[in-house]
Amino acid sequence: MNRRDFLKLSAAAPLAASSFSLHAAPAGNPRLLVVFMRGAYDAANLLVPHGSSFYYEARPNIAIPRPGAAANSALALDATWALHPSLRASLLPLYEKGQLAFVPFAGTDNLSRSHFETQDSIELGQGQDRARSYQSGFMNRLASVLAKRGQPIAFTGQVPVAFRGDVQVPNVALRQLARPSVDARQSAVIAEMYRNTALAGPVMEGFSTRDGVIQTLAEDMDAASRNALTARGFELEARRIARLMRDRYNLAFVDIGGWDTHVGQGGAEGYLANRLEELGRGVAAYADEMGGAWNDTVVVVISEFGRTFRENGNRGTDHGHGSAYWVLGGGVRGGRIAGEQVALTPATLNQSRDYPVLNEYRALFAGLFGRMYGLDAAQTERVFAGVKPKDFGLV
Amino acid sequence: MTRIRSILLAVAAAAAALAACQSTSPPSGSGAAPATAARSENPEKQLLVLNRVTWGATTSSAREIAAAGTERWLEQQLKPAPRPALPPAVQAQIDAMTISQQPFAELAMAVEQQRRAMVAIRDPAEQKLARQAYQRELTRLGREAAHRSMLRALYSPNQLQEQMTWFWMNHFNVFQGKANIRAYVGDYEERVRAHALGRFRELLAVTSHHPAMLRYLDNANNAANRINENYARELMELHTLGVDAGYTQRDVQELTRILTGFGINLSGNTPRVRPEHQGDYAKNGVFEFNPNRHDYGDKLFLGQTVRGRGPGELDEALDRLARHPATAKFVSRKLAVFFVSDNPPPALVERMAEAFRKSDGDVAAVLRAMFRSDEFIASLGRKFKDPVHYVYSAVRYAYDGKTILNAQPMMGWLFRMGQGLYLHQTPDGYALTQDAWASPGQMTTRFEIARTIGSGAAGLFRSEAAPAADVPAFPQLSNALYHASIQKTLHPQTLSALDKATTPQEWNAFLLSSPEFMLR
Repeated sequence: MNRRDFLKLSAAAPLAASSFSLHAAPAGNPRLLVVFMRGAYDAANLLVPHGSSFYYEARPNIAIPRPGAAANSALALDATWALHPSLRASLLPLYEKGQLAFVPFAGTDNLSRSHFETQDSIELGQGQDRARSYQSGFMNRLASVLAKRGQPIAFTGQVPVAFRGDVQVPNVALRQLARPSVDARQSAVIAEMYRNTALAGPVMEGFSTRDGVIQTLAEDMDAASRNALTARGFELEARRIARLMRDRYNLAFVDIGGWDTHVGQGGAEGYLANRLEELGRGVAAYADEMGGAWNDTVVVVISEFGRTFRENGNRGTDHGHGSAYWVLGGGVRGGRIAGEQVALTPATLNQSRDYPVLNEYRALFAGLFGRMYGLDAAQTERVFAGVKPKDFGLV
Repeated sequence: MTRIRSILLAVAAAAAALAACQSTSPPSGSGAAPATAARSENPEKQLLVLNRVTWGATTSSAREIAAAGTERWLEQQLKPAPRPALPPAVQAQIDAMTISQQPFAELAMAVEQQRRAMVAIRDPAEQKLARQAYQRELTRLGREAAHRSMLRALYSPNQLQEQMTWFWMNHFNVFQGKANIRAYVGDYEERVRAHALGRFRELLAVTSHHPAMLRYLDNANNAANRINENYARELMELHTLGVDAGYTQRDVQELTRILTGFGINLSGNTPRVRPEHQGDYAKNGVFEFNPNRHDYGDKLFLGQTVRGRGPGELDEALDRLARHPATAKFVSRKLAVFFVSDNPPPALVERMAEAFRKSDGDVAAVLRAMFRSDEFIASLGRKFKDPVHYVYSAVRYAYDGKTILNAQPMMGWLFRMGQGLYLHQTPDGYALTQDAWASPGQMTTRFEIARTIGSGAAGLFRSEAAPAADVPAFPQLSNALYHASIQKTLHPQTLSALDKATTPQEWNAFLLSSPEFMLR
């Protein structure tokens, strides 16, 4: 029996039985960072199906060259899949160390191909078959289940839909961090104005988060800091996130936009390559900055859907369906491509257009959470109602 | 927020009167009004109406609504004079802008020539300098547009038109960071402004033919056999029907085919068109319909055939979209979210949608139905200000009648709060509900900005052209409006906090940080 067959069998076993044998409560302080690539990134050029000749026929201008000696060729991961060459320095070493796995054909049943509809739907994590509540995101429900074990935070300008809900989740946008000018006495006076009002919670949480973040990042925010001087783009933000997650927070969300590549997305080089390089560098910097805490950290990188398998008339791609998720961490059982897969031919495309979804994201997350946090069936049900967890053995 | 109940009790009495009012008297710009109107309405209620219908109450706007009476004032806002009289100091700033002086087509061509010259430079170092100069020029033009937009928002007497301009610019969002759109947003906004209280169908015509939109959603690249679905999808999902209106992937593809050939021509050359399609060629400024790029086949769009025949296909498609019941409902609901409540009562939305359908999408008629509703009156003072409302209302209140010289600080505040002008990257536009803007991190940022504005050191009067000529102006928050009405609306907790201020600057900062000032 090979590993994949074994996992399929495990996943098929009744939940009650597996939750005791597999989900022993883990030791330590598990940390989870969810990175949302908004705009439906072109997974087929990140995780290149180089074993499929159809890929090269479908993308005459933007395909990544087959693995080879040239600098712009894809980096072979196995006989079927390869990595975009812009990730040679950042993600490839993590993959080779066995700390990074990819899950292709991942995503949601939602087939609207609307960015906004699907982003919301994923962040809410509710079934397509029932009435939607915008006040309950899946990460908030996870925080609620974890109770005192969870210290949630969103590293975003607004609290994302994923974190909406009963648990008060603070947010801080790390890119535009400035030292506060409202001092402690003024803050107290302002807080007093909000006592017993509907906004009292956010106001108090805002002040306390501000103070904690400033305390943790004071050194980093000084101009002399090495990181502030050298890091570009997402890297600085990622290092700051790591420092805060090392010391204060263990359940976090961040998003990165700019993946909606209808025109001129490029191939081995160009627009998408630059975005991937930047994100890969940020993720690697995060791993580095976490130090010893990386061993009990899991980073999951997701997007709302994939793109058309064939390139469009403008050397870009239009809205598709299945995506590829990344799962990273010091304790991740990586160095492999996980989950259900299918060979890519014209016949296997969804609606003759894009990747099918074979690995539903809620089942994937439910399995992961079970492993990370030792959730029982009832707790898992609270996070993802009606979902049967799939354990891909990622941690 | 139960603390503003006391205000609402005061409003409730006036509510029935306002809702029952008929607009029998023709609107007049004179401001002369029956004295009875002025006497029968209390200033606190008018303050609430001003805070909702304008970008923020000021002492002078309170005088206007008191003189005209609420009903007549609202009618004036719904049917504004086509060319509002701006204060001379404001008009002078606008007149001095490149985007005011140079016709849009000329400007777009000039910028394109600069780009082409830059690309042609062989020497990498020289090209880098040229590229920087090109980017600087684009940025300058984008800032002019934002500055002009802010001047109008702050000082135009047509306040409702200005709010609606922002609303539609958000509904038909474009992101200025893409390509050369910074040079296009100024013209785009002026055209949207002209129809902001007019017919929805006209807004669709304006946005679907404007180079800013054609570039932003890639339709300028959409051609027969080389299709690009981006604009077609968002035109249905975000601009008209809404995502749940039952259209299919097939409809997206068919509308994409209808949209082939609608693009931009910056070359100044006219393409050679096959004789049978020569009559279809259309050019207006830099907008172009190019028959060579159009798919002339018949299309099956929303269950009906659109006969392939050229540019008229889009008119037919837009008619169908604009008159679709789903559009009436989608747009009405969005207006109700913007003006009434994060969860507007379905009955109100239905009445607005009915006004939309009956008036063939007359925006003023839809708004009139909304203003006359009990739901609208009951919602006054309860809607959380988004960042743009927060910033504009603070600056209007603090500097009523004194013209800002520099809009950069306001742009910076909006950026910090995540709602910069023309800076929303994705076509859905900014969220209109409280949960997007009242998070812990954003409240803290808001207090920082309150402190900056309240201190009088915000830099709004430090002219960009001559930074030395700073004419600092102290924000006047403890003014006639405050004493006539605002003070009476403040909760004891707020008044007690204001008493703790040790300087006028701090008093200002506390007032702008108060729970009451977060609502409109």
